[in-house]
Amino acid sequence: MIVAERKPFSEILSMVEDYSRILVVGCGSCVTICMAGGEEEVKILSSQLRLAFKKNKKDIEVEEAMALRQCDDEYMNNPELINKVKKADIVISMACGIGVQHATAFFNRIITDKPIKIVPGLNTTFMGANLDVGVWEERCVGCGDCVLEKTGGICPITRCAKSLLNGPCGGSSNGKCEINKETDCAWHLIIERLEALGELDRIKPIEMYKDWRPSHDGGPRKIIREDMRI
Amino acid sequence: MKSGSNLERLLEKGEFVVTGELGPPKGTDVDVVKKKASMLKGNVDAVNITDNQTAIVRMSSIAAAKVLIDEGLEPNMQMVARDRNRIAMMSDLFGANALGIRNMLCLSGDHQTFGNHPEAKNVFDIDSIQMIYMVKTMRDEHKVICGDEIEGDFKMFIGAACNPFADPFRYRVHRLAKKVEAGVDFIQTQCIYDMKRFKEFMKQVVDMGLHEKCKILAGVTPLKSVGMARYMAANVSGIIIPEEMIARLKGAGKGNVATEGIKILCEQMQELKETEGIAGIHLMAIEWEHRVPEIMEMAGFLPRPKP
Ligand code: SF4
Ligand code: SF4
Repeated sequence: MIVAERKPFSEILSMVEDYSRILVVGCGSCVTICMAGGEEEVKILSSQLRLAFKKNKKDIEVEEAMALRQCDDEYMNNPELINKVKKADIVISMACGIGVQHATAFFNRIITDKPIKIVPGLNTTFMGANLDVGVWEERCVGCGDCVLEKTGGICPITRCAKSLLNGPCGGSSNGKCEINKETDCAWHLIIERLEALGELDRIKPIEMYKDWRPSHDGGPRKIIREDMRI
Repeated sequence: MKSGSNLERLLEKGEFVVTGELGPPKGTDVDVVKKKASMLKGNVDAVNITDNQTAIVRMSSIAAAKVLIDEGLEPNMQMVARDRNRIAMMSDLFGANALGIRNMLCLSGDHQTFGNHPEAKNVFDIDSIQMIYMVKTMRDEHKVICGDEIEGDFKMFIGAACNPFADPFRYRVHRLAKKVEAGVDFIQTQCIYDMKRFKEFMKQVVDMGLHEKCKILAGVTPLKSVGMARYMAANVSGIIIPEEMIARLKGAGKGNVATEGIKILCEQMQELKETEGIAGIHLMAIEWEHRVPEIMEMAGFLPRPKP
């Protein structure tokens, strides 16, 4: 899933304090699961804002709303939500960066009498897994050409600090990466896993230059599934 | 000849070579390069020019290598994968070749978090093994990666690093084998202090016959103080310094530690010369260039052979 973290309160406050009607919209998918932008977090941020405005004697209204998925029109096309957005001067989206952008495009398409300003309440950090209560770790950077079958199910592009395809580098020490002692060396893990599988030979041939076009380096990516469009 | 460099010629003749190392200045001061070069001239056979080592911004290795050529020394230009994509690498390699640079070292490079611009974006478009293969393709097939012909000559003696002290130890020799398969001509190892582990590693190398497919230069660095030894052992990943060695330095007593460090180094150099599969020494003096003549004399490695 997409993992995000809430922005510091002071940063959010500075984005919205010059407006008088604020709407905080949470997202019911990834960021709810990683407890950054779900219903609970919308409530917390809204109360924080109300409290701060009360303290500063500012007359600012803070409304709350949810969308199950801000990255999909279907889940935002709801009259109640659209109405709330219409009434607001500024919207804080508690979705990932995709949601923020998609909501901006969606509401500006639906609401035509005024431009809708949407600001991010979260920092979108990575695509990762939930390892333990309150612990998430990056697992994939969406390179567009998965190599996991060769590397024992451990991604060298994401989890090796140098994205080496023929690792490990000379900095690998006691199973840890040279960048710090808390980070596992991806290539150490890969070698151990392949040894356990009896497949170490898989990484003996040189892995050739990677074609980065399917990754972000080829520009913003798009998928069109013709079979679904008929 | 693949490159026509002196380093290649000496190794082909079976001479036991010694390469030195020179870190360019953190700025434009060419005199720093010239001064260090003057200390190394005649005392080593070629000199590595580091490429923004430990990710600290310095004069480019290409420019410093050219200064070295003008001073009458032979450079071994280092190139890291951290800061350049394949386009910049090949372009820089053409430039380096045009300036007369004939030896290079293909490296991944220290991660930028170690340096003075940890906020930087890194590149790592291709890794060190792919870089070796790329340079070999350029030299032997006279083509850039996409297959386009190279205009003009391209000659290069291709080197790479090897760290027998990194983990997992059992895989290290296989990674070296991959570099050999990619087409490396010579290898310079990480600083060796743990001779026991190094010899264990070399046994694997010799058993696999890798020393016959590339020339292996054993990396050494003098220990200047007990503090430095302790710091390196604790903080530089991939460096192992045995406790006995640190104890020996300490035992030398105040004022004698540096001399003892050099003594240890010279003994290591002698021992490495006798080790099967070793074709030379890579002496990384690290800001002790002025002591290189003394070290080389004491180790009995002077005068240097004529190419
Ligand atoms: S190889 Fe690419 S697609 Fe597969 S996990 Fe890694 S980054 Fe993701
Ligand atoms: S130590 Fe391991 S994970 Fe870290 S950069 Fe080197 S190979 Fe990659």
